[in-house]
Amino acid sequence: MYTVLSEIKKSPVAMRDAFCSALTAAADADANVVYLDADLVSAFGMKPFFQKFPDRAIECGIAEANMVGVAAGLSAAGKIPFAHSFGCFTSRRACDQIMISCAYAKLNVRLIGSDPGITAAHNGGTHMPFEDMGVLRSIPGITLIDATDPVMLGDLVSQLASDKYYGVYYLRFPRKTAKAVYSAGSAFEIGRGSVLRDGADVTVIASGIMVAEALVAAETLAAEGISARVADVFTWKPIDRELIAKSAAETGAIVTAENHNVVGGLYAAVSEVTAATVPVPVERVGIEDRFGQVGGEDFLAREYGLTAEHIVAAAKTAISRKK
Amino acid sequence: MNSSELEAFAAEIRIAAIECLAAFGQGHIGGSMSIADALAVLYGGELRHDPQNPQRADRDRLVLSKGHAGPALYAALALRGFFPRDLLATLNAGGTSLPSHVDRTKTPGVDMTCGSLGQGLSAGAGMAFGARLDGADRYTFVILGDGECQEGQVWEAARFARAHRLKNLVALVDENKQQLDGYVENVLGGGSIAGMFAACGWRVLEVNGHDVDAVSRAVQTAKDGLADAPTAVILDTVKGYGANFAEGLEFNHSLPVSKEEAESAIAAIRTGIGGAK
Repeated sequence: MYTVLSEIKKSPVAMRDAFCSALTAAADADANVVYLDADLVSAFGMKPFFQKFPDRAIECGIAEANMVGVAAGLSAAGKIPFAHSFGCFTSRRACDQIMISCAYAKLNVRLIGSDPGITAAHNGGTHMPFEDMGVLRSIPGITLIDATDPVMLGDLVSQLASDKYYGVYYLRFPRKTAKAVYSAGSAFEIGRGSVLRDGADVTVIASGIMVAEALVAAETLAAEGISARVADVFTWKPIDRELIAKSAAETGAIVTAENHNVVGGLYAAVSEVTAATVPVPVERVGIEDRFGQVGGEDFLAREYGLTAEHIVAAAKTAISRKK
Repeated sequence: MNSSELEAFAAEIRIAAIECLAAFGQGHIGGSMSIADALAVLYGGELRHDPQNPQRADRDRLVLSKGHAGPALYAALALRGFFPRDLLATLNAGGTSLPSHVDRTKTPGVDMTCGSLGQGLSAGAGMAFGARLDGADRYTFVILGDGECQEGQVWEAARFARAHRLKNLVALVDENKQQLDGYVENVLGGGSIAGMFAACGWRVLEVNGHDVDAVSRAVQTAKDGLADAPTAVILDTVKGYGANFAEGLEFNHSLPVSKEEAESAIAAIRTGIGGAK
């Protein structure tokens, strides 16, 4: 079960520290947990893990395709590998290795893509994956997760390090701070969205950094007499069809909010469900098929239209389109 | 197996692989023939394996990174008893457990799925790393093509394996000097694969890939533990070796294989058992 904090503000714990803590605990509990990185150990805050588990922390250098292939081989040898690079590189540089060596070969690999979308900030367009989930979404059987805050991330990493799951999992999240949404101790189910706020007029389906924006937007809408449901659909694949169809039926309109290209992203995934179940207006807040650029996150959020204000406007449009 | 037994086993692998390809009517004859002797050495004793228990934990691992040579591996596995020999006739048939490119999820005895070239050495390095973490004494063998070594990932993996001192990893490079578009030298020539592995810090052994004694000695050396590095065995081979309708052709990567061609080639191999031709 999960509970939502009453006030949404920056988490005191960085996402990478939450990841490192959870993976360290998992590696303490299970000698098969191994970690691979592609020359981003310091940047990703994993030095403590390397110090604690020198044998099971594997530096692969700047060679992401090999790193993912090695992870596949480790999995074939019974290990539970977590392999990290920036999201742009994990997804694009190693796409065929994820497809063939991991997924088609039916191996058991966890892939981490850090700094998704605008959270790549000052690293700019070369490092700003608006397409990572879209690139990977057409790989059969892969699970895609856009983690929201450190509490969720810690829980998901603990689960993914266990025997509970087998397969290929891609997890994206910012390295640094994220807004805290969930109370400590919250637990999540991969493949199931979390309804954070109920509402009757429209449903905002968000994930990652857009969840906090969606909650702010719902407050603004409430002040204007519009009742917005907010759902955190952190698993993009397999997506929570039940939650989407139910929300479409009960609220009659949907807004998706994603830190990703709307092409091949959450908007696409949600629309695929509504088209096949309960066809309702679906509006979108996300990257409109553009490349990244340098800038602070606030600048980029305005530049690409990823703010609570954009969600408010999209919600009103979606409601106006109801028949 | 002694050397004459290994030669006979290699001839049987060629025969069974030709039958397998002929059953479907076409396929990767060239690279299946060139690797037959190395497979005979491995499955003739150098590779720890158990046909009765293909998943046995302490087995050595074999990654056929040049996954299109599946028919040769299937031939070796069938001859060793991993599955009935008549299964070879199902190559590429709908629903078969013997696809053109090797698949660990479909075929008993196949340790890794390969076919998108360049990926097997990384997977093999991961398997070798895993064995070392477990304190296991098993070896991981990876069979690469020379054309395949044009893929950059091979060299990412080579540097990785050396940096992590994976002395339990052995690469066997089938240097048959031909690829789909013709001679390697013409397609993307220059440089030396042996030299590239040496430059990556590997121990490199160069042998006649059709001399079972030389290949056996090289594999035994690779397992001697004396080098603090992985070992690459560069097999000097002939693409299509032993299949008289394919050997010597410039474009013999994949060919139609008629029943008549197969029978003629098999008869020629049988006449020459004790030497491949």
